[in-house]
Amino acid sequence: MYDLIVVGGGPAGLAAASAAWEKGVKKILILERDRELGGILNQCIHNGFGVKTFGEALSGPEYADRFERMVAESGIEVKTDTMVLDIDENRNVSAVNPVDGYVTYKAKAVILAMGCRERTRGAISIPGTRPAGIFSAGTAQRYMNIDGFMVGKRVVILGSGDIGLIMARRMTLEGAKVLACVEVMPVSSGLRANIARCLDDFGIPLLLSHTVTDIRGNKRITGVTVQEVDSRMVPIPGTEQYFDCDTLLLSVGLVPENELTKKAGIGLDPRTRGAYVFENRETENEGVFACGNVLHVHDLVDYVSEEARFAGEAVADYIENGERPKESFLLTTSGGVTYTVPQRIRKDSGMKLVNIYLRINRKVKKGDIVISADDMEIARYHKENLAPGEMITVALPSVLMQKVSGSDMMDVSLEEVP
Amino acid sequence: MREMTCLECPRGCQLSIDEESLEVTGNSCEKGEAFARAEITNPVRVLTTTAVIESGTDAMLPVRTQDPIPKSRMFEAMRFIKSLRVKAPVEVGDVLVRDLVGTGVALIATKSVKK
Ligand SMILES: Cc1cc2nc3c(=O)[nH]c(=O)nc-3n(C[C@H](O)[C@H](O)[C@H](O)COP(=O)(O)OP(=O)(O)OC[C@H]3O[C@@H](n4cnc5c(N)ncnc54)[C@H](O)[C@@H]3O)c2cc1C
Repeated sequence: MYDLIVVGGGPAGLAAASAAWEKGVKKILILERDRELGGILNQCIHNGFGVKTFGEALSGPEYADRFERMVAESGIEVKTDTMVLDIDENRNVSAVNPVDGYVTYKAKAVILAMGCRERTRGAISIPGTRPAGIFSAGTAQRYMNIDGFMVGKRVVILGSGDIGLIMARRMTLEGAKVLACVEVMPVSSGLRANIARCLDDFGIPLLLSHTVTDIRGNKRITGVTVQEVDSRMVPIPGTEQYFDCDTLLLSVGLVPENELTKKAGIGLDPRTRGAYVFENRETENEGVFACGNVLHVHDLVDYVSEEARFAGEAVADYIENGERPKESFLLTTSGGVTYTVPQRIRKDSGMKLVNIYLRINRKVKKGDIVISADDMEIARYHKENLAPGEMITVALPSVLMQKVSGSDMMDVSLEEVP
Repeated sequence: MREMTCLECPRGCQLSIDEESLEVTGNSCEKGEAFARAEITNPVRVLTTTAVIESGTDAMLPVRTQDPIPKSRMFEAMRFIKSLRVKAPVEVGDVLVRDLVGTGVALIATKSVKK
């Protein structure tokens, strides 16, 4: 019997396990399906990780290394090459690996930290042929950075998510010609800094409100047609541009990897595509917690580590004191707030401040995040330079929630300020 | 006036700099001010890439420059790094090249790779 089993040994799993260990949880097991710990960070060789956590701009593997050391120096048990297949309501965790075969472990608490994966081409429909040379940006990143294979020479990137931007620079440095980065929305979802250092630095054009409308080529892709779209995202006739390319990278977003969560019967929020969680990151199933990209897509790994440490500490509290009463506020969203994590805040959370992560649906120069209940405003946070690609954090003091009576809901909204 | 995005941290402040007086606006810290000045005199970037590693558990070794190097030297540095053959084992932070193509900046390993 384990106190805690962590599913996934990426930055979220590593930080959650170390935090639980530091809080006195003794029998901890991390299960990781890859041959090494570190998760997706192993392929993110660019720098910019850890500015918040360590005050320096580390590369992905360096950032992972810091957490791997913490785990190695503790008494936390790790099994790599181990794929978790099932988690049941009694927290029996079934997994397979080449050494033990099929095994089931029992745990007092489970932390889900499976991360996210990329949306695949099937999720978006482009007319044309289906030749070789079309990769998701993350797959291309893995081929280049881990396996050392160059994926192409003349490249078009569809989608301006951060991984696509990072790959535009990476391929340029390796000698490829990146012809354009094409984004269907009028704004990029990538970080401003990434647009500057990955596209602008190399003179790569960012075509906003444009999309790929045709793919040519039989064996290997030979070119794509790009067209401008109108405000309803319908391609505008007469705006066709043809790019002669051998590679198309898709950077069209990430989806939390929640097959296991679904199988375990845990409720998923259609807005985040992750589990519904309480303020301590406990899901609807008692003793099962979630953190990191499996819960919602974070833009910075620093926030992943922060959330994961918090979840690890919450598990220590759960193991010592049992589950806290479930009476809680349900958070609703309006005015352009697209989601919040957590979705529920317990009335008796035992916390002075509850951090709420949220995203909004548009670019706003100046705006207030307003929390209200029963039409009564309970908190207001002034923010500047907000964008859909950048997560917003607000810290809600629990004393303010105590003022709310007669409602079990709180609304989180965005008000633009002139 | 030149406009730019600050690259010192993920905040990405929108900076403006007067090219004559070198006065910076839009920054939220001193780093932003220094960044904007460097951008119009000698823009620098940290270079990250991979090098071939021999007899290790991995095929490629992720590397980076310890400090930023001039933007104009990036491709030359890339060509040099391509010619490197690193031997495993390597530890995170190991200096692989002391002075990368005469920039005075070291190239370091960013991952530990065992033999
Ligand atoms: C391609 C890509 C590039 C990115 N680039 C950046 C970037 O430049 N900067 C930045 O700040 N953030 C970046 N991110 C986001 C950043 O990597 C994440 O914030 C962070 O890695 C999330 O950590 P995690 O532990 O939640 O997930 P992950 O790092 O994805 O780790 C999840 C781990 O769980 C394991 N796992 C999943 N399912 C199972 C199972 N059933 N059994 C056992 N193990 C399992 C996986 O193998 C993996 O190791 C990127 C993400 C992706 C996908």
